Amino acid sequence: MTGKRRSEKFAFWLMRSITYVVVIFIAYIIFKILINGLPVISWNFLFSEPEKSGAEGGILPAILGTLYLVIGTILVALPLGMFSAIYLTEYAKQSKFTQTIRMAIVTLAGVPSIVFGLFGLGLFVITLDFGASIIAGSLTLACMILPTIIVASEESLKAVPKYMREGSLALGATKWETIYKNVLPYALPGMMTGSILGIGRAAGETAPILLTAAAFFLPELPSSVFDQVMALPYHLYILATQHPEAQKILPMQYGTALVLLLLVVGLNLFAVIIRIRVRRKYKW
Amino acid sequence: MNKQRLKAKLIKYFLQSCGSLSIVIVLLIFLFLFKEALPFIGQPGLTELFHSVWNPVSFQKEEFGLLPLVTGSVLVTLLATVIAIPFGIIGAVYISEVASAKEREFLKPFIEILAGIPSVVLGFFGLVVIAPLVKDVFGLNTGLTALTGAVLLALMAIPTIMSISEDAIKSVPAAYKEASLALGASRLETIWKVVVPAALSGIIASVMLGMGRVVGETMTVMMVTGNAPVVSFNPFTSVRTMTATVAAEMGEVTIGSDHYMALFWVGIVLMLMTFILNLVSYRVLKKYGSERA
Amino acid sequence: MAENQEIRSKIHVENMNFFYGSVQALFDINIELPEKKVTAFIGPSGCGKSTFLRTLNRMNDIIDGTRLEGKVLIDGGDIYGPITDVVELRRKVGMIFQKSNPFPKSIFDNIAYGPRLHGVKDKGKLMEIVESCLVKSALWDEVKDRLDKSAMSLSGGQQQRLCIARALAINPDIVLMDEPASALDPKSTLKIEDLIGELRKDYTIIIVTHNMQQAGRVSDNTAFFYEGRLIEYGATEQIFTKPNEKQTEDYITGRFG
Repeated sequence: MTGKRRSEKFAFWLMRSITYVVVIFIAYIIFKILINGLPVISWNFLFSEPEKSGAEGGILPAILGTLYLVIGTILVALPLGMFSAIYLTEYAKQSKFTQTIRMAIVTLAGVPSIVFGLFGLGLFVITLDFGASIIAGSLTLACMILPTIIVASEESLKAVPKYMREGSLALGATKWETIYKNVLPYALPGMMTGSILGIGRAAGETAPILLTAAAFFLPELPSSVFDQVMALPYHLYILATQHPEAQKILPMQYGTALVLLLLVVGLNLFAVIIRIRVRRKYKW
Repeated sequence: MNKQRLKAKLIKYFLQSCGSLSIVIVLLIFLFLFKEALPFIGQPGLTELFHSVWNPVSFQKEEFGLLPLVTGSVLVTLLATVIAIPFGIIGAVYISEVASAKEREFLKPFIEILAGIPSVVLGFFGLVVIAPLVKDVFGLNTGLTALTGAVLLALMAIPTIMSISEDAIKSVPAAYKEASLALGASRLETIWKVVVPAALSGIIASVMLGMGRVVGETMTVMMVTGNAPVVSFNPFTSVRTMTATVAAEMGEVTIGSDHYMALFWVGIVLMLMTFILNLVSYRVLKKYGSERA
Repeated sequence: MAENQEIRSKIHVENMNFFYGSVQALFDINIELPEKKVTAFIGPSGCGKSTFLRTLNRMNDIIDGTRLEGKVLIDGGDIYGPITDVVELRRKVGMIFQKSNPFPKSIFDNIAYGPRLHGVKDKGKLMEIVESCLVKSALWDEVKDRLDKSAMSLSGGQQQRLCIARALAINPDIVLMDEPASALDPKSTLKIEDLIGELRKDYTIIIVTHNMQQAGRVSDNTAFFYEGRLIEYGATEQIFTKPNEKQTEDYITGRFG
């Protein structure tokens, strides 16, 4: 019996160690980037233009470019994803059509990001003739994160109890009034949380914008949605692999990586905090 | 009153068209991949794609054999999966069955962070930390190998495998566990002989979804696998995956050229591979009753 | 017979069959429900009494794949007819659910929900409605000082009376109650029953209940359902003292169900 207990203890200890190897690895990645990136970050780094192809100067255009792309993506994907989720949870009946939609969402969620890039190149850049631009990049990223937003919004809508709908319908509300007044207000925070996670992903993606929006170096900031932009992830990629003096400008790379990481992880943390708060507020 | 009905109908149709958008996008993706790739069939011809040399820029003879790219992707994916499986599954079992509630509340979001790290950042970390390490440890000329890529891709697959496996484990009815414990089995025996087998299909699906993610990953592999388009199953050589090929070469091709079309064929193969992986895992998960997919 | 003349039929159901997909839940129901009376539906679980109740304000419409044959008339109008507006119907037919379901809003906003939907915007008017409905549902004294507090802070019995007030706020003719007291303690149950006694003056009430004493206490007429069929329908006193059907008697005397 004690032998058995001991081997069980050992096994649990082993499992714990394996799990914590992953934890330590993550911590190390973050630590490494923090420790090497922090000294680089300064007013000048964040708010000035790059010089000598990014070897010196700052990363302002890349930060702004990523922000523009993210905002564009939100504007397109958020409403479409939410409406789509409302349709699926509140209106769609069990049918072949609904199943096809669900299949499509699953498929979309699995499409490799570079394939989205090819698709965006073919449709937005070439066929619709937007050129490599903010709008082409945003639309491509929006297609990519649409499934994330739909699935998150659906979960959040489903979490609103059925009686909220029945109660409202029984009082003579129309279906839309019920959704708008008695379901959406309670589902919205959860919808936002899930969507922010998707948006974080869009902010960090490189492959799709590589072919649809990103420029290696731009002398001036974009002035319309049909302009190319620099973007943080792409900038990091260029500095780390394409720059002739890649080894010498390591600090610039770390700085860029840190800013990108802070942006994405920051968005995720924000989402998690909202989730915890909302959970406390509504308990059905 | 009729106005109200009309309004309700309009709202419904509007929402329905938003709902159908996913179908439209999927169709458009296939349409545009094929639209750009199609002329290749006539000239230089589809058989060109089955050759074993990828040498798209050449003054003598351009070659568009996808084989080295496919083997590159397969090698990196399999290696990454092999590395990720023990961490992902054991981690999931540990978090759901062994860890205390407090530990779980720390572990879950922490590992979720990993899923949020942009692939280019992970690739950068691989370039400056993992690649030199691989080079020194194995005494290689370069650290930019299939193995380096696989280690990083395993990191990307682990959160997927963990969270979906965990869901599968959690949905094993408590009665199974109780029955096993009541028969005098230890917690450890119960976990490995009752809980994990009961959750097995979900766990397999999680691995497949993780693989889907890995096959499609672009930036990380492009940065650390060395990008040599050779047919090889040696983890210590440089390889070039399908994704990296598209990302690296698409910027320099002439639109409509043979090379351009060949890259779209790479996209099609990639799309089909992930499509199949996802479809199968979705079926498994659905059968299994998890709505996670 | 002179007395019968005064009692108007409010709801008239003729040869009604109801299906969930391919499963038939109600068989050939024929019944007349009188105005401003309390009618109780009794019967064992799954006998179709709740399903029948929900056909009267078309709440079953929101379940996929349901289908109704036959006629359901309220005040002579076919509520399943092509020109019927479901929303309009539900304004006329209020409903109280088994589990009290206040919205996670303030007490005031819960009751004002219906009137606001139907276009009442004036704050003073809304206040008037809220007060009168709370008075009618015997809740006013308990909550008048905290109308802005969340409805979730009320006790179970209070929540259910709030739901009754909320239903009354849309000024219905008919109030459907689906086991309104089944989740409440005996004291709260009595309060609800007293309330039903008060409301019968102004409303046609139909109550589904598991509790036969309750049916006996609150209703004028009782309908007994079994396996989707209406077995017997008559004055409550008669049903409970000398039922005509064997099945009714067995159920009443507790031999099954």
